[in-house]
Amino acid sequence: MKRIEAISIIAQEAKLQNALLIGNIGFPSRELYAVCDSPSNFYMLGSMGMSSSIGLGLALARPNRRVISLDGDGSILMNLGTLATIADQSPENYLLVILDNGCYGSTGCQPTCTCRKANLAEMARGAGISQVIEATTLKEIQQGSVNQGVMVVKVEVGNAQVPVIDISPEEIIDRFMDRCARPSPLP
Amino acid sequence: MEKDWRKIYPLSVGLILTVPMTEMNPSQAVYKGMKHAGINFVTSVPCVNLQELFQLIDSDSEIVHVPVTREEEGVGICAGAYVGGKRPALIMQNSGLGNSINALASLDFLYHIPLLMIISHRGGKGETIVGQVPMGQLSPKLLNAMSIIQFSPSVEEAEKIEEIIVQAMDLSNKTGRAAAVLLDIEFWGGGRR
Repeated sequence: MKRIEAISIIAQEAKLQNALLIGNIGFPSRELYAVCDSPSNFYMLGSMGMSSSIGLGLALARPNRRVISLDGDGSILMNLGTLATIADQSPENYLLVILDNGCYGSTGCQPTCTCRKANLAEMARGAGISQVIEATTLKEIQQGSVNQGVMVVKVEVGNAQVPVIDISPEEIIDRFMDRCARPSPLP
Repeated sequence: MEKDWRKIYPLSVGLILTVPMTEMNPSQAVYKGMKHAGINFVTSVPCVNLQELFQLIDSDSEIVHVPVTREEEGVGICAGAYVGGKRPALIMQNSGLGNSINALASLDFLYHIPLLMIISHRGGKGETIVGQVPMGQLSPKLLNAMSIIQFSPSVEEAEKIEEIIVQAMDLSNKTGRAAAVLLDIEFWGGGRR
């Protein structure tokens, strides 16, 4: 499965759930912007490693809103403590999706440790996260996207040919905060 | 008249004071400043000087407290909480500033996200651990290099800490940039460790 296909299905699910969606730095945010731009998407333009943390903070601040973060293997490895913190807090309204392609996709596909020995789903379980699933098909992603906890999705190496995000950081956060402020009880 | 804080804040509310304070309890004053500044969300990494402050925060049901594994993680969680409508603070030792710099710049500065940082500033007068000295000396310079508003009240100015914290939060909100309040060993009561 290509990463952009996984992102596309998660974005559709997020829309159905009226969820707030955090896009990870680099190509994942660009792919999300290309397939399903929405004011409910927060595009992370910097701060590698912070996607899971931004989503956790938002989920804790807005317990009546559904929050989904898109993360990658390289970026979660940069902030592994986040798994322990998410387990500790376990917000019911939060799902962390890790798109694992085994490489640093936005910088030239240098391998990460998950392409050899490291297993992110096991790390998430070891951190104490009770709901951890591994999805390998679009159907499994669709089913798993209503969960809380962590969903690890194995995807192919490679980036889609998509343009850079041409809206400013100010516009990204302004329209996102406007969406965050709207009352929207969980379905 | 010397106040006995152990009588005013009995152990049943979770406060353990090892020495009676003559004028002001520093942790209580910082906590009151945070309340006046409207802080309702905290991420933290501990320092020995922050123990009493954490007890006060944890006994306050209006403040969400998320202990984190690394200070940069705290910056990210605070950013998420801010976009969700909370008014967050990151409480840490100054060593954590070094762990936070990229997220402060490429997340908070980039999107104009305000943040109050309450920092236990180690490595100065009264420090007993040599490893605290390098980052202790560098921290004000790092903040300065990043154009982060910083307040370093001396022990004589400690009584003003409540208004200093409110001022720091106001400036952070107005400028969309993090503000730091550095509180040194003397502020917390000297070598009380």
